[in-house]
Amino acid sequence: MEKEKITGSEALLRTLIAEGVEYIFGYPGGQAIPLYDCLYDYEDKIKHILVRHEQGATHAAQGYARVSGKVGVALVTSGPGATNTITGIADAMMDSTPMVVIAGQVPSPLLGTDAFQEIDVIGITQPITKWAYQVRKPEEIAWAVSRAFYIASTGRPGPVVIDFAKDAQVGWVEYEYKKVDFICSYQPVPEISSASVAEAAGLINRAKKPFALIGQGVILGNAEKEVRELLEKADIPAGSTVLGLSALPSGHPLNKGMLGMHGNVGPNRKTNECDVLIAIGMRFDDRVTGDLKSYARQAKIIHFDIDLSEIGKNVPVDVPVLGDAKETVAAVTKLVEEARHTEWIQSFEPHEREENTKVIEKELAPADGPLKMGEVVRKVSEAVNDDAVLVTDVGQNQMMGVRYFRYKQTRSVVTSGGLGTMGYGLPAAIGAKVGAPRRTVCFFTGDGGLQMTIQELGTVMQENLAVKIIVLNNNFLGMVRQWQELFFRKRYSATEMKNPDFVGIGRAYGIPGKAASTREELDEAIREMIAADGPYLLVANVEESGMVYPMVPAGGAITDILMGDETKKED
Amino acid sequence: MAERKLYTVIIFSENTVGLLNQITIIFTRRQLNIETLSVSPSAIKGIHKFTITTFSDQDTIDKVVKQIDKRVDILKAYYNTDEDLVYQEIALYKLSTEAFIRMGGVEDLIRKYNARILEMNEVCVVLEKNGHYEETQALFKELSDSIGVLQFIRSGRIAITKSKVERLRYERYVGRYGS
Repeated sequence: MEKEKITGSEALLRTLIAEGVEYIFGYPGGQAIPLYDCLYDYEDKIKHILVRHEQGATHAAQGYARVSGKVGVALVTSGPGATNTITGIADAMMDSTPMVVIAGQVPSPLLGTDAFQEIDVIGITQPITKWAYQVRKPEEIAWAVSRAFYIASTGRPGPVVIDFAKDAQVGWVEYEYKKVDFICSYQPVPEISSASVAEAAGLINRAKKPFALIGQGVILGNAEKEVRELLEKADIPAGSTVLGLSALPSGHPLNKGMLGMHGNVGPNRKTNECDVLIAIGMRFDDRVTGDLKSYARQAKIIHFDIDLSEIGKNVPVDVPVLGDAKETVAAVTKLVEEARHTEWIQSFEPHEREENTKVIEKELAPADGPLKMGEVVRKVSEAVNDDAVLVTDVGQNQMMGVRYFRYKQTRSVVTSGGLGTMGYGLPAAIGAKVGAPRRTVCFFTGDGGLQMTIQELGTVMQENLAVKIIVLNNNFLGMVRQWQELFFRKRYSATEMKNPDFVGIGRAYGIPGKAASTREELDEAIREMIAADGPYLLVANVEESGMVYPMVPAGGAITDILMGDETKKED
Repeated sequence: MAERKLYTVIIFSENTVGLLNQITIIFTRRQLNIETLSVSPSAIKGIHKFTITTFSDQDTIDKVVKQIDKRVDILKAYYNTDEDLVYQEIALYKLSTEAFIRMGGVEDLIRKYNARILEMNEVCVVLEKNGHYEETQALFKELSDSIGVLQFIRSGRIAITKSKVERLRYERYVGRYGS
């Protein structure tokens, strides 16, 4: 019997459905019209969310992936449509976010001729993708798209690009879907070495002052429970990278806070005091380690990771434990003896007290004066019972957000870690709300970052997504301003901003909102925001010269921490 | 600065469009210059073998090779130094027939360098010599100092490891390829 023939576009849609795709974030254009025409017939099975710029499609897909654990999908046209996705693809690569970007491409006979809206998408995206493939024939679609999802979601996740020539979209094919679950050149999860598992357990058992570093690999590997069991059994205090936040609830007694440049003092200092450092699914980024020459030199280092190329990349490792954290951590826990490290854990307390006095209390409970960024974040966190999804943009708003928001469940933080993409936040918040419709999504941004992708307010409006947008408005590019204040003799080059009326802009998009400059106004606006069913735009006019402390200056040792009281002495 | 020496990187990959680019961008990021490059089908159908030489320090080449090995389309990547390898290059020399005959001592030259004549016509002679860089270079120097060389080309290195352990287990891929 002759098999049914369908178009390449329909083959794509059917494969997406077979791969479990429910949402596509996209923007149509010339070389994607056949795909969109076909999508019209599948609207009941796949919901398309029309963004306002292709960068927004990728960040939304990222936000969706980060909260849901599923692969985010972006659909764009060729040429500028594809080049506009580059920032999002690079961001997903840096932050190991599973995403499939499908870009239209000119018909294959025109490839290489500088045709209208033709660009070498594969060449551009190869350095920033896990895999990039050009589909030229409809017969390739089922295979290539299924393979794309397999690659994006397995092992260390990442972005995949499918460059989809128009003649393959309109050509006919006898469609047959076959799920790809094996690629001979690709081993997503390394084999577990029982010797290294035993060695790691031995080191932990002998440790007097063990310290664990939790990275996003714990969340990506769904290993939160396993990690928690290890920490509790062997009584190991832990710090978290920015992307690892929420893997362990904020209130867990072994959670000692955030690592790195603007992290908590205790975990940073204790990194250089522990005897065994247990890194789980993190990659020793320079923002976490500071100067490598003085980083944890005294400690034996155990590194759990799924990616062999991360072992020893930045920090020499004594015991690498390769594999899926869910399995490797559980295997180590089995061999670990119950232990108590009470004195060691208590030794974090003076550092916590110092940070409280010098930084946190001033930030969260100022006696008077203009609003502080930290207090806005904490008040919102409290108003949502410390159980919302935090989305941030990049800069001071991000560091204040991750420092002072609190988390009860995993996958509660969506932020651009590795690439530090300003403009990431609003579209990522859209994706987060789509991916976690039952959860409250609180998006903190700055006046600068918001304006990089502010057009996505149109997407919020069109989809009526209940995103709570909090603008920490200081009329400055605050993080750059902070560096200028500290390291560039207060020469505020190109960081002051004359801003529009953000509440007015929100209103123009049909999004209710309020500006707050006093604590009374802030409380009132937060109440109104939480009570609102749909989206809300809260503009918190915060102090212009706000600083994020503590701070480890770039390139400095992780224990050389500015607390905000040094600069005043120099003045 | 760590000691830099010549490393030979051997890569088995799928034979797909754009693979060389995937490899070279990783060299580019670490500012490594490729000295020689040779690509050809391997013993396994559909799998290509790359042999690349580059000057690097051990730490950098180790990280670069891990990054290459990690790419989805790469089956295996590893690196060696010259001691671990049997390696070879091939060179071709185009000479003027007239000058070649006038020079005399052709037999001695051919024997000394273990070269051979591939082509000879009234205009030109083409010699071929296999060997390490220094060996093919020595013949080039002798010829260019005496009668001059019209054209010269040297291939990239090809190499085989001396080790008993095979880095790529062929049986794993035979029959499974194409999945």
